Parts: sequence; structure tokens; C-alpha cells
Amino acid sequence: MDSRYEVVIGLEVHVQLTTKTKIFCGCSKDFGQEPNSQTCPVCLGLPGALPVLNKQVVEYAIKTGLATNHQIAPRSIFARKNYFYPDLPKGYQISQFELPICEHGWLNIETEELGKKKVGITRIHMEEDAGKLIHSDGNSSAVDLNRACTPLLEVVSEPDMRSADEAIAYLKQLHQIVMYLGVCDGNLEEGSFRCDANVSVRLWGQKELGTRAELKNLNSFRFIKQAIEYEVERQIDVIDDGGKVVQETRLFDADAGTTRSMRGKEEAHDYRYFPDPDLVPLVVDHAWVERVRAELPELPEAKLQRYQDELGLTEYDAGVISSERAVAEYFEALVGLHNNAKICANWVMGELSRALNENDIAIADCPVTPDLLAGILNRIADNTISGKIAKKVFEEIWQSGKTADQVIEEKGLKQVTDTGAIEAILDEIIAANQSQFEELKGGKEKLMGFFVGQVMKASKGKANPGMVNQLMQKKLKG
Amino acid sequence: MQLDNLTISQLREKLASGETTSVELTKAFLARIAATDEKVNAFITVCEEEALAAAEAADQRIAAGNAAPLTGIPLAVKDIFNTIDVRTTCGSKILDNYVSPYDATAIAKLREQGAVIIGKLNMDEFAMGSSNENSAAGSVKNPWDLERVPGGSSGGSAASVAAGQALATLGTDTGGSIRQPASHCGVVGLKPTYGRVSRFGVIAYASSLDQVGPVARNVEDCATILGVVAGYDPADSTSVDTPVPDYLATIKDGVKGKKIGLPKEYFIEGLDADVKKAVDAAIETYKSLGAEIVEVSLPHTDYAVACYYLIATAEASSNLARYDGVRFGVRKDEGEGLIGMYQQTRAAGFGDEVKRRIMLGTYALSSGYYDAYYLKAQKVRTLIRQDFLDAFEQVDFMLAPVAPTPAFKIGEKTDDPLQMYLSDIFTIPLNLAGTCGLSLPCGTSSEGLPIGLQLFGKPFAEGEILQAAWAFESATDFGGKLAPL
Repeated sequence: MDSRYEVVIGLEVHVQLTTKTKIFCGCSKDFGQEPNSQTCPVCLGLPGALPVLNKQVVEYAIKTGLATNHQIAPRSIFARKNYFYPDLPKGYQISQFELPICEHGWLNIETEELGKKKVGITRIHMEEDAGKLIHSDGNSSAVDLNRACTPLLEVVSEPDMRSADEAIAYLKQLHQIVMYLGVCDGNLEEGSFRCDANVSVRLWGQKELGTRAELKNLNSFRFIKQAIEYEVERQIDVIDDGGKVVQETRLFDADAGTTRSMRGKEEAHDYRYFPDPDLVPLVVDHAWVERVRAELPELPEAKLQRYQDELGLTEYDAGVISSERAVAEYFEALVGLHNNAKICANWVMGELSRALNENDIAIADCPVTPDLLAGILNRIADNTISGKIAKKVFEEIWQSGKTADQVIEEKGLKQVTDTGAIEAILDEIIAANQSQFEELKGGKEKLMGFFVGQVMKASKGKANPGMVNQLMQKKLKG
Repeated sequence: MQLDNLTISQLREKLASGETTSVELTKAFLARIAATDEKVNAFITVCEEEALAAAEAADQRIAAGNAAPLTGIPLAVKDIFNTIDVRTTCGSKILDNYVSPYDATAIAKLREQGAVIIGKLNMDEFAMGSSNENSAAGSVKNPWDLERVPGGSSGGSAASVAAGQALATLGTDTGGSIRQPASHCGVVGLKPTYGRVSRFGVIAYASSLDQVGPVARNVEDCATILGVVAGYDPADSTSVDTPVPDYLATIKDGVKGKKIGLPKEYFIEGLDADVKKAVDAAIETYKSLGAEIVEVSLPHTDYAVACYYLIATAEASSNLARYDGVRFGVRKDEGEGLIGMYQQTRAAGFGDEVKRRIMLGTYALSSGYYDAYYLKAQKVRTLIRQDFLDAFEQVDFMLAPVAPTPAFKIGEKTDDPLQMYLSDIFTIPLNLAGTCGLSLPCGTSSEGLPIGLQLFGKPFAEGEILQAAWAFESATDFGGKLAPL
């Protein structure tokens, strides 16, 4: 990064909501259906059709607003944003303009380079999505309005971010929250979580903002970072060459890793916003807000702290486990059944996530439920099985769905804790490896592992390794 | 069969007793349309086949003994209402070929009752006009004088009733579009309180002002029809969830002891002498019926026309953006790309007045002008509404002329839009206030043209003004007449 310049980034994120139906009509918002099959007079913008607000959308907006520290407006207004485009059936988009439902929010972020900071969020408003144009080879385009009228939240940040990394940290934080709330499926590639970045640069110490470019077509976190970094370099080059940055929309080209100008002056649209007379002002009373607040799940930031303070996890472990709601929920269920949180965390992050990854299964669908896994951990804790055998038991349970006790019983995996039995094996092994035993006695500590390993091998892993160690020490002294 | 001077409830008795059938009635009206509409041009589409089928179904329903108030009654509706069976043009070339895939809520309610919809009525294009001269289907003629306008925009709705082509009709009123043509055609027209009747399926002109209402030969029929179409509709967020009273139950209660306000701003210099005479006589009639007359003031009346032409056109400029040739309606595409298609479609599809209002409204909403025009107009609107509410603190309802003059000649004002706009000067404020009003015949001019009287009611007090109108109608002999065509 060029040290003469300060980078300024503001982000606009469109969060597509997971409601069953569209924002202003009862149509299903299932995707991947026949073009124009999920439509009705309202979302087709037919003459005389009128919008009716989906209450679930409001509920989701309040949720998201509260989770990102916003004030919820007791009265907000839908406005029409007027422009012509074939994918916009009414010739206007119903959005919110002057009085959005959420204002004055913020999120905490952290980056390696710049540390912790609070990023302001100007507002969150509700709006409808447009349809899609399908361009054919010839000279014509087709319109699919299945997506028209799909509910979106637009989350507009303050220009508070100072590096691509900060932008990514903010986005990941926001992404995590909407996923946690269950209001969005979070799919960047399919456009469920769409980000436009406003990027500008200014000399250090300069008060006013530089001219910004709005970057679009950013459908992965990696592309967002690349696009911002490229754009910063480009703007600095323009200024260094004595030029001026123009205010414009630039498309990110993922193949080239560059941004290119999309439209020039046409961009200065006059959208002629005005309150939509078809919709009455939206009134959200205090009781509604408080009910939603009471129903909010514990958010990742709070979990991260609690896992460290109350469960004694490291910051790293707490971070990994709290990053995804389903993982955190699994972990919390497990901790409820097995009291050693550290062991629980190790298993969730280790064996469990390895198996989930290998089998490409979501944690919610995991065949080894918290109940079953707790069964394994409890048998380790009471020395019925060793950690090593436990992995075998886990595999068995994954395949069969049986309980740990059943598997241990059926496969005869119960750990040998009978001192006599272990000592007998040990004696045999010492007898067979007399010279090594003498060397160990003489101080070649490394050989300890060899003997313990031999006992484990001979017992098919069932000997309690702790006891083997103890007995060995006794033999050495004896 | 003699159809003059019959109310819907009297007809219903005749239907129930078997004295007539819905098919017979429907045929009679279809015949009347066939005989007169070349002169009047009140209909854009006559639904002969559909109407006869509905009439047959109605007769079966009547025979089965489960008739509703409008079962078998032939009605016609303004071509602004979406109907699933026949085309809905809204008086515009751009919707010349348009058939809606759904019925407007008001239409669905009529159909549920078994009413027979005999046709779709002519109107000013997209309800923009005061004379019904702005229709792609041509001007409607005033049945009392074919050289004159019937008023607008629901010109067809009023003219067809006066011409005996329909028993009653539905219209819409955005700035007087029911009341002014009702006045010019000598029939009764009611504009309900905003939110009283669902707008769902009614093609929007100015969403915050548009309201559906009946036009009929007599007050009672207006009440009957309002009782059917009124009511909360979950599909229209601006419809109001308040019970619909039984308007007929109170209609004969009279005006004794009622306080009637005369807004002084409506009795001004320049009011046509015949109109003044007729309205003054009506005031005397009300006095004789036991009402108390007091003067009231609606001080912001002067600003109403300007205010209306900013708000209505602003909303219209946005409402009419959907007519872009992409999904429905007439498309003109001479291969000059998307923008070219938009321009050609809208240039060819819209008439001059519609274009004028789209431009006015676009301008009023434009960045840099919004505060001075649209926002200012909204503030004025609040004041005008407050004027009405203040006056209603003092009186039960108000009385005023409907239009400054009787029906004017076709072509008389077409070159002067401002003069045309001023013909709605007495009807516009009520739409801005959002309360209810009606127009009923109160006399004729020296040239034999009908003159109307306007009553303004409190919000949702349709029952009270119907009652007052019925009292006047019963005491006088101005209404219920068919034009001698």
C-alpha cells in the first residue's frame, strides 16, 4: 500500500431474505423454476395490482437491525425509486428512502494490520429485487420475473473502512450475523449476499473524501479484496499521473483481476424518489421491537467472549466454534452432556469436522449427534476407552448410528484396567526385549515410548496407556 | 317494459316475483345500447355474450331462492376496472389489446352478487380529463345535448345512466371524475371516503386520490351499490378496516335538525347564474326540510387545483411507467434498441393529455424541484384536509355547487388545458381531503342542461350524505329522468 494515501471504503450490501414469499405478494420465491412461473399480477406489475407488505420481511429487518446495533424507526416509509428497465416491471422499485426502518448501527471488526475498530452502519432499509434479463445469442433478450419482488435488505455502511482487509472483516462479520439470524442463506456466488464497494483514496490528513468509484460484480470475499486492492492502485496511479478520479460505476473482471468502467455520466440518474402512495407508513411499536430483541439468538461476538470466560476455551477455539451458528449449537449441546468443554471443543474442531468435511455433510445433518458424541467422551472420561479407541468408536457410530456403549460392547473395545493383566503383558514384552529394557534403565528415555507402544499393540489398544506408564515406571525402579 | 323510475330494490321484487327475468332485463338494456350508443358513445366494449350468460345464471339463482341484492341487475363499469373476461383499455391506445388475468375487487364483489356486467364504459384516457374528450375510443356525448360533453373522466359512467343504457354504473373519482359528469348528465354520483372501496384492480391514475364509486339514477341505487362494493380488502393496503353500515336502513331518516355548512369559498363571483339559482333553491329546500344552514369556511380552497395538479401528476408519472411495451399492451418497435422501443411505444400509445400530465409530474418530482412542488403540495394538502375537518366540527355536512357551469360544448376547452382544469375547482378539494361527497340533480339551466348539487360528508359518513340526498330527491322532482334520445 502506498503510504502517502489513505484508503476510504464504504460498503453497500444487499441481503436477500429467506422468507417463504415475496415482499409485496404471496408468490413463492423458490429459485430455479421455469421462468416467470413464480409470478402474479403484483410482481408482474400489471395494471391495477397493488403491493401488500410481507410482515415477515419487517420482522427480519428488525432482527438484523437489532443484531447490528441499530435504532428501529417507530414509523418508516416506503418510497418509489423511478427508472425504466425491462427487468423492473412497474418502472419503479419499491424501496425506502427518507425514513428507513433501521438507522445508526455499528459493528466491531478486527484486522491484523489495523487492530480492533467500530464500523458505523448508516442504515438498513427494505426493498424489492428486480427480475433477470436473459440475453440470447441473437439480438433479443428475455425477461424472467421470478426474482422480481424478492425481499432484500440493503445495509449501507459509513465510509469507515481503511483497507481491503477491514472491508472483508466487516463483510464477514455481517455475513456471519445474517446467517446466525437465519434471515439469509449467505450465498455470495448466487447473489444472496451482494456487495458493492465505494472506494476512494485521499492524501493523509486531507479532510474531504476523494472521488469514489462504485465497484460491482463482487461475488466472493476473495474478489472483493482483489477488486478493492486493484482499484486503490488504479486511483493512485491516476492521481500520480496528474489525472482525476471520476465518479463512476466499475465492474470487477474476475478473469483479469481488474475493474473497468461500466457507465459514465448516464449514472447521474434522477430517481425521483417519493413516498409510495400504495403503502401506508409502516408503524413498528416498542412491544414488537422488544419481542424481536428477546428472541434474538446469542450472537457470535457474545459467544466468543462467553466461551473464553465461562468455558475456558482459548480465543482461537472459541472463535472457530462460534463462527457458525450450527457449529456453536452443536458444541453447546455437547457441553450440556459432557462437562469438559476443552475436550468437547477439541472433538468438534478435530474428529467431527474432519468427518463432516470428508463426507461433505452439514453439521446439522451429522449422523453422530451431540448425544452420541457425548456418549463417547463420557467413556473416555471414565477410562472405559482410550482416546485412540474413541476414534474407532466414532467411526463405528458414524456408520451405524449405535451408541458408544453398544459399539464398545459389541466390538469388545473396553479398555483393560486390570493391573494384573497389563503387568502380565508388560512382563512378556520386557522378557522379549531385555537389552532395550536395560538401555532404558540406563537412561535412554526414548525407549519408554517403544515399550508402551508394544503393550498397546499387544492389547489391541485396549490397555489403559496411563496405567502402562505407571507400571513401567514401577518396573524401572524395581 | 317501462324501466324509468324503477329502483334496484323495486326491480329485485319484480325479479323475485317472476314479473321479469334478468335475461329479459339484460336484453332490454343491450337493445337500448344498440339503439343509442352510436350517438352517445358511452361504451368501449359491450359484453353481450358474457352478460347474457351471467343473466341466465342469475335467473337460476333467483329461482333457487338465494338471490343477493344485485343478482340479475344489469350494470356497466368504467373501463378502468380490470375484468378477466373482456379487454380493459382504460381509454388508451396503449391498452387496446389488453385483457387482464384477474378481476378488480369491486368487480369480483359485483360478480359474487350475481350482477350482470353489460359493458365497459368510455372514459378519459387513464381517467385524466374533465370532459371525456381524451379517450382513444372517442368523445362521449352528453345525452341531454349531443353537442356537449358529459363531463369526465367517468363520462361513460354518467352518460350511459342518463341515456338509459344501464341501470347504474361504477366509476372512479380522483378530482371529481364521478361527481362532475353525474352533475352534467343529471344523475346521482357518489365519491366514497378514501379507503372505503378497494382500489385493487382499478387501474391507477393518482393512487392517493383515486376512489371507486357508483353512478345511478337515484340515491337509493347508489346506496345499494356502495353497500356491495365497500369494505376492507387485504389486497389494498390503503383500504380501511371499518364496518360497512346498512346504508338503506337509514336512508329515509331525513335532515331535520341537521346542520348544513355552506363553504363561502364555493359561492363566488363568476359562478354561472343558472347554477347559482339552482343551488340557492336547493338550500331553501333543505331549510324547508328542517335543516339549519350556516356559513363555513374552507380557507385553502384557492390552492386546491394547483395542489392537485402537482400530486396527481406526480403519482401518475410513476404509475404510468409500467406501460413500457415490455410485458403487455401495445408495443411499437422499429428496431432502434430498448430506449427506442420505450419512446416509440409511449409516444404512440399515450394521448396528449396523458403525456402532458406525465411530464408535469416528472418535473414536480425531479431533483431540485421536489421540495418546491411535490413536498409543498403535500403540505398544502394537509391544510386542505384540516379545513374540512375543522368545518365538520361545526356542521354535519356541507353543500356546494359541483361545477361552475353546466356541461360545456365539445371542443370548447380542448385548446386551453388550464380552463379545463378549472372546471374541477369545486370537486378537487374533497379528493385532497379524502372524505366523501356526492352529486345529485338540483335543476336545469335555461338551455335545459342538468345542474348538480354537491354534498360533502365527514370521513366514512356516506350514510349521512345519502340520507340528506334522499331527502332532497324525495322533496323535489329533478332526478331519475332519462334523456330523450
